[in-house]
Amino acid sequence: MDVGSNVVQSTQLKLDEQYEYKKMEQMAHGIRQRVLELTIEKNGCYLSQALSSAETVAVLYGGLMKLGESQAPFDAPAFGGIPGNSNKDYVTGAAYNGPTGPGYDRLLISPAHYAVVIYAALVESGRLSPDSLKEFNVDGSIVEQIGAEHSPGFELTTGSFGQAISQAGGIAHARKMRNEEGRVFLFMSDGELEEGQTWEGIQAAAHYKLDNLVVYVDVNGQQYDGWTKDVMNIEPINSRIEAFGGTCVTVDGHNIKELVKASQAPTEGKPLFVLCYTNSAQGLPELDYRKPNLHFVRFRDHEVEQFKAILEKMKKGVR
Amino acid sequence: MVEFVNNPHSQNMVRYGKERENVLVLSGDLTGSTEIAEFKKQLPEKFVSMGMAEQNMLSWAGGLAREGYVPFLHTFAVFLYRRPYDQLSMSVAYPNLKVRLVGFLPGIMTPGGVTHQAIEDISVLRSVPNMTIFETGDATDVETVLDATDDINGPVYIRMLRGRLARLFPKNEPLKFNTARILNEGDDITVLSSGICTEEAMKAVNLLKEKGVHVKHLHISTLKPFTDERVVKALKESKKGVITIENHSAIGGLGSAVAEVMAENGISTKLTKIGIPDTYGHGASAEYLMRKFGLDALGLLNTIEKVLDRNLNITEEQVKAFDLKEEQEDIKQTQLEAL
Repeated sequence: MDVGSNVVQSTQLKLDEQYEYKKMEQMAHGIRQRVLELTIEKNGCYLSQALSSAETVAVLYGGLMKLGESQAPFDAPAFGGIPGNSNKDYVTGAAYNGPTGPGYDRLLISPAHYAVVIYAALVESGRLSPDSLKEFNVDGSIVEQIGAEHSPGFELTTGSFGQAISQAGGIAHARKMRNEEGRVFLFMSDGELEEGQTWEGIQAAAHYKLDNLVVYVDVNGQQYDGWTKDVMNIEPINSRIEAFGGTCVTVDGHNIKELVKASQAPTEGKPLFVLCYTNSAQGLPELDYRKPNLHFVRFRDHEVEQFKAILEKMKKGVR
Repeated sequence: MVEFVNNPHSQNMVRYGKERENVLVLSGDLTGSTEIAEFKKQLPEKFVSMGMAEQNMLSWAGGLAREGYVPFLHTFAVFLYRRPYDQLSMSVAYPNLKVRLVGFLPGIMTPGGVTHQAIEDISVLRSVPNMTIFETGDATDVETVLDATDDINGPVYIRMLRGRLARLFPKNEPLKFNTARILNEGDDITVLSSGICTEEAMKAVNLLKEKGVHVKHLHISTLKPFTDERVVKALKESKKGVITIENHSAIGGLGSAVAEVMAENGISTKLTKIGIPDTYGHGASAEYLMRKFGLDALGLLNTIEKVLDRNLNITEEQVKAFDLKEEQEDIKQTQLEAL
């Protein structure tokens, strides 16, 4: 056995002791179940995003990131107005992720329409009450369909794609200048790689050697109009990012162990990108037939009973 | 005698940055042209090169500001609001962050042509919530505008002047937030001017004194908010009308702000807006374009004649007698070099 594989093995052993994979798996299952339930109740939701990213988000909230206790109310409060000088009490939804000071990791969400996945993960990690999910897409609620910085778990307003990576860069740069402990995790989706600003952001993060920036990308290969390869090809993502000065790791986005281990990849003074290749119908193969048109899932009348039955099975833990 | 100051922003940015811990200067690859080369030399640890990537620079600044830094973004004005408008709006203005946008070459200040001329910046940014807008008109304004931003807990856009600038206002009278400078008293007509047009209006007002026309003249340096009681009072006092003159499109800038105030206060007198008349500029000297669009002293005088329905027998020679000739040549030279 060569020395290299010894190192890999001992790293794996350490990770196995440090992280609760089983808990993360259960969280991913919980995310899928809760979002399926909302899709039925609300007659439509960003369900495929939950199916593809459940493991990634579960890993982030399930112990991979160093997050403190939630600083926000367990029940999501009503919308309290936009940031501004007449709104002194304004706090961002980052309070649900805990304090933002030195030593803590930060989670920033780029694809704001994945909000429901974040809300479900907050519920699964005990930071948000299950009842708060009932406020999803209700007028006057902060549990908005497309999250903004007042929404639980959100620190940035990123519904306009490509802006989060630059804002995350600014935050990571500030922490770097202050020699502050703690990494900045950015969760992205693959379609955003079509935006020019994304590449400006990667370029700048590489220029300033932001090895405290970790980007998990949900590569589900789909976007609103269809397969990403048909709408506007972004592959090969890996070599494109490396050419721009980032470190890139490719993983099976449904494999908890791989998702955890990727965060430990050596970065050599570069921002780290973890490409999580995923299936947009993972856990619900009944939706396979709709691919690649899964951006927003609304069940047809004749399907409702079928998916209600699936939901009951998920609740009982028999699927 | 008028004092002239070389590159007042250059020295002022260094002083301001030295006095404040969290100040950063971000450059969009126009360090020399935006007078921050000296800052980079003296405070390299506070200087951040962002390259030619303005969308990224705006959002990056938002990230830095969220962490307690106060970034001062330096580039030509067009590259702060026109190219990265979405980023300005969503990454900076919506979260009400302390980001300072220092925009150079406002209006028709540059022979760089339409791509470099910020003619609708005030119009665009006045409608952005949380935004504060300043415009500088002389060396004193430039030397004091940064200090005026200290207490503004939100984004600020500054129309900045560069090069060799006249000191039109006393050195010990700093630019004050939302406070017009009253430069002349009179009740025949009220003139509100901003930016480089104030120097032109001052010339015209002085000439009009000789002709027996009494002008109330206000210099406006805060375009948003626009709630200064001095302005409301001056608008109410005018017997024969109100004229605005600005280095900006006649739509959406100072003239429009004045129109709104007049309408909201029920002030029923005629308003004449002098500005770039709903058109784009082109590559030519500031002097040439100001003449073309009537943004100069002669243009204002011609307008006043029309408003008063009086022939004041004004000749170009009479206007030229009030010029600051030698120094204007210098300013032009600096602009050409920078491009």
